[in-house]
Amino acid sequence: MATMLCSLTDGQTAKIVELPQGMSGRRLEALGLRPGKVVTKVSGMPFCGPITIILDGRQIAIGHGICRKVAVEPLAGRKAP
Amino acid sequence: MLPKGCANCPPGGCPRKCPCSTPEGRSTEDKKVLLVGNPNVGKSALFTRLTGVHAFSSNYPGTTVGFTEGNLRFEGVRYRLIDVPGAYTLEPTNEAEEVARRIIEEGADIVVITLDATALERNLNLALQVLEMGYSSVVALNMVDEARHEGINIDIAALERELGVPVVATVAVTGQGISELISRLGEARPGIAVPGADRWARIGEIAASVQTMEHRHHTVRDRIEDLSVHPGWGALLGVFAVLGSFAAVRIIGEGLIDYLLDPMFNGLFMPVFEWLGPLLGGEGSFLFRTLIGMLINGEIDPELSFGLLTTGLYVPLVMVLPYVVAFYAVLSFLEDVGYLPRFAVLFDALLHRVGLHGFAIVPNLLGLGCNVPGIMATRILDSPRERFIASTLISVAIPCAGLQAMIIGALGDLGGRYVLAVYATLFASWVILGRILHRLLPGYSPELVVEIPPYRMPAFKGIAMKLWFRIRGFLIEAIPMVLVGVFVANLLSTSALMDSVSAFLSPLFRGILGLPPETAGPILLGFLRKDIAVGMLIPMGLQPNQMVVAVVTLAMTFPCIATFIVLLRELGLADMLRSVGIMLLTALTAGGILNALFALVS
Repeated sequence: MATMLCSLTDGQTAKIVELPQGMSGRRLEALGLRPGKVVTKVSGMPFCGPITIILDGRQIAIGHGICRKVAVEPLAGRKAP
Repeated sequence: MLPKGCANCPPGGCPRKCPCSTPEGRSTEDKKVLLVGNPNVGKSALFTRLTGVHAFSSNYPGTTVGFTEGNLRFEGVRYRLIDVPGAYTLEPTNEAEEVARRIIEEGADIVVITLDATALERNLNLALQVLEMGYSSVVALNMVDEARHEGINIDIAALERELGVPVVATVAVTGQGISELISRLGEARPGIAVPGADRWARIGEIAASVQTMEHRHHTVRDRIEDLSVHPGWGALLGVFAVLGSFAAVRIIGEGLIDYLLDPMFNGLFMPVFEWLGPLLGGEGSFLFRTLIGMLINGEIDPELSFGLLTTGLYVPLVMVLPYVVAFYAVLSFLEDVGYLPRFAVLFDALLHRVGLHGFAIVPNLLGLGCNVPGIMATRILDSPRERFIASTLISVAIPCAGLQAMIIGALGDLGGRYVLAVYATLFASWVILGRILHRLLPGYSPELVVEIPPYRMPAFKGIAMKLWFRIRGFLIEAIPMVLVGVFVANLLSTSALMDSVSAFLSPLFRGILGLPPETAGPILLGFLRKDIAVGMLIPMGLQPNQMVVAVVTLAMTFPCIATFIVLLRELGLADMLRSVGIMLLTALTAGGILNALFALVS
């Protein structure tokens, strides 16, 4: 079941389904984030602050506004500790 | 069309008088080499290793926003190296990437593609884009030590076959692989050309075939990295980092002044001045006045006398330098550990409210040392709108280290609350002005997208080198300006010019700011350098409240000349004038409000 990157819980792992159109999608792609990639959410900051994810062992912080537009598919049973 | 450039000329072409402008004059031995790669893969460290020319390197993406050049000679060939700002892609998403794209499109004989071995897949994107352009290339697979440590093994020979160009494993910070890289520059050749549409698929294949990963357990470092971006623990660590930095700067700065530089100045220099005084013709002679200055209660006072040799040296070397050293020691440490991008995460929500995103914290922090590199660093931001807001906020409300040292020097003894009042006013102005600009300027604030590098143990030598270059930069920049400032202040104090300027500005100063009109002199001379301008305020016998208002106004009005030039270059004439207009208005408003508040309280 697809959801958005911002609605993952801390530690949850998900597969990227779709990136937003335009510049923000291009910037995510330049960082290696693209459909099919598996990411784990580390944490999210309050007051619509950024969300930090782990992609290929590297942390990436993504603004809340973009996270709401990144479609992901949570992977069951792959909760990181 | 000018020739492509030779080792003696700037990139972009040689002047016509250069011998290389004739085909036979251009040395065939000069080869132009570009160092390109993703941000924070160690290009600048590699550049420094290859050329011996120091390029600033840190542990965060976007350290290099301009370019540095250096030469390397090997087997009779002269290579002219250019350290290109980091880019994730050749389709630019900010000014720094735009600079990178322009340099790459200008052409080169050889491109050294620098890859971060710990993030091979992402790095290959830019590599394939460069190879697709057909450049003769060599790949430096950097940080192989860290990759091995993380359980990532890369088959160098296989990568070489896949890309079709030489690949050399390097560790730029230790120098491993550098000589092999140099010796293989001559083998540079065009590699594979993959059309854009197939690029990511091909990257996946290459990565899968050359890279093996061992499963790795969560380490302590991973744990700290996760906690650093956690809302609660991360914020706590952030507060600790800020307070710890302030404390460290204060302790180092004050320690250097009290135990080293002030005693040294008093012990070594003052006796010389005492002896020199009569030789110069004694008090009242022009030479004495210029070099030693005025006698305060019959004695030379290095802080107040205002001679070129006394105050002109005491302010930059004894009052300011220690804080510059302390600030940059702490900043360099935070930079190399890799903490700055974590600040970006913590401050993103706040910065969004002033039309910026979290990474704008980096230029603002750099501005606390000197506004010039701070404004340069706004190139890592996405849009001209953000760059305008950030540059204006930095020049209005971010006091440079020199100014801060003098604020502490002038107000610290009167009581911490006065220093606090200055900082609180500057911070409030930063927030309020940011909110206003965000509201008024058309456009929107882009979102933060930033890679957070792993924490790294900084190399002592790296920090020491960086610190030295920053101190040297300060000394070269500051001392001549301070001397000019002292000289001009001296001339003005004996001429009638300043009196008429003061009289003219008197309504403004008395009426709005509650300051005696003669403070107009220092505040206007802040244009040269702000630290010496505070030095001019000190002997004026202002009330503490007035001193606070004067210092705030001085900090916020005109940028100093160096900042002025960089604003002009980075924003263009129209936006620079707009920015300066905003500064004047904000300074008067903040100074006026502060004055009114003080009047209310007392």
